[in-house]
Amino acid sequence: MHHRAAGFLLSAFFCTFGAWMIFSGASGQAGDAGRSADARAQGLAAWEQVYSVLTHPRCINCHTATNYPQQGDDRHRHVANVVRGPDGKGVPGLNCASCHQETNADSTGVPGGHNWHLAPLSMKWQDQNDKPLSSAAVCRAITDRSKNNNLDGRGLLKHHEEEALVHWAWQPGQRRDGTMRTLPPLTHAEFVAATRRWVEAGTPCPSEK
Amino acid sequence: MATYQLNVNGERREVTADPSTPLLWVLREDLKMTGTKFGCGVSACGACTVHVAGVATRSCILPVSLVGERPVVTIEAIGQDPVGRVVQDAWVEKDVVQCGYCQSGQIMCAVALLKNTPKPTDANIEESMGGNICRCGTYVRIREAIKTAAQRLK
Repeated sequence: MHHRAAGFLLSAFFCTFGAWMIFSGASGQAGDAGRSADARAQGLAAWEQVYSVLTHPRCINCHTATNYPQQGDDRHRHVANVVRGPDGKGVPGLNCASCHQETNADSTGVPGGHNWHLAPLSMKWQDQNDKPLSSAAVCRAITDRSKNNNLDGRGLLKHHEEEALVHWAWQPGQRRDGTMRTLPPLTHAEFVAATRRWVEAGTPCPSEK
Repeated sequence: MATYQLNVNGERREVTADPSTPLLWVLREDLKMTGTKFGCGVSACGACTVHVAGVATRSCILPVSLVGERPVVTIEAIGQDPVGRVVQDAWVEKDVVQCGYCQSGQIMCAVALLKNTPKPTDANIEESMGGNICRCGTYVRIREAIKTAAQRLK
């Protein structure tokens, strides 16, 4: 009789313990999933900030899908029949460097920076009609290592932090009429911070709406 | 005002000018080299084209302060260049010029094209010369002259 009671108590203990184990495990997985969802949501929010900069005219004017760059806040086709050329630097006789120097030429209103060139077609952020691509499409493009010069998240962050032409977007100089060119919607520091949050979240991309 | 030591057509030339002065006006007003022309003043027509470190460059929008040590070659000296000589001869042979105002820029651009693309296609010529405007419409003869020069340079 004592043995049967002891066995019953032992069984009850293991059942209770097992149930607790199962419950607590499920609860932990749910917590992990919740934290993961939060991190993704924060990463996506950071990405939207990054996207707001990438699609500003100071950036997207040289990320065209066409044979020419754009200029101005209205993103019109570059004057003087400028064309992309084989390496994104124009063609002999009409190179980017025919006008764009290593620095801005404020007295003549011509922007300039080191290695002035168009982004490659693999980094186009517009369609053939000069309409900016969706947030999801741009995100997919810049995280595709077959298109982005094989950059991982850290490489993308470094590009945004250090690339001279990225920095130029916040020091774009004066127009010919003496007014300042407009700046992207975030400061460079905010842009880099948003990129870092997005990268730390695993470079999540939104779904196509 | 500042003083600059420019390398123009192989010679050291000292000029004193406001740093913002376009190279075009330094060439024309200070150095009295008037072969390079003022057309639009906004790099849209190509009449002011010179070579800066071998790159066809619009001198009307290049502040003299940004020229630095880079050698400048103008239409006055392009005939001393082997490619330039052939291009100028082709220009004469094909009687390209009508009023002539844009032609120094056209020749400077054509030389830059042929130095980089010895056998240009029609598309190459259209793209490279697309920024050089000629109000007389000499484009057909310009193309013929470039092709003639390319043949001679083989």
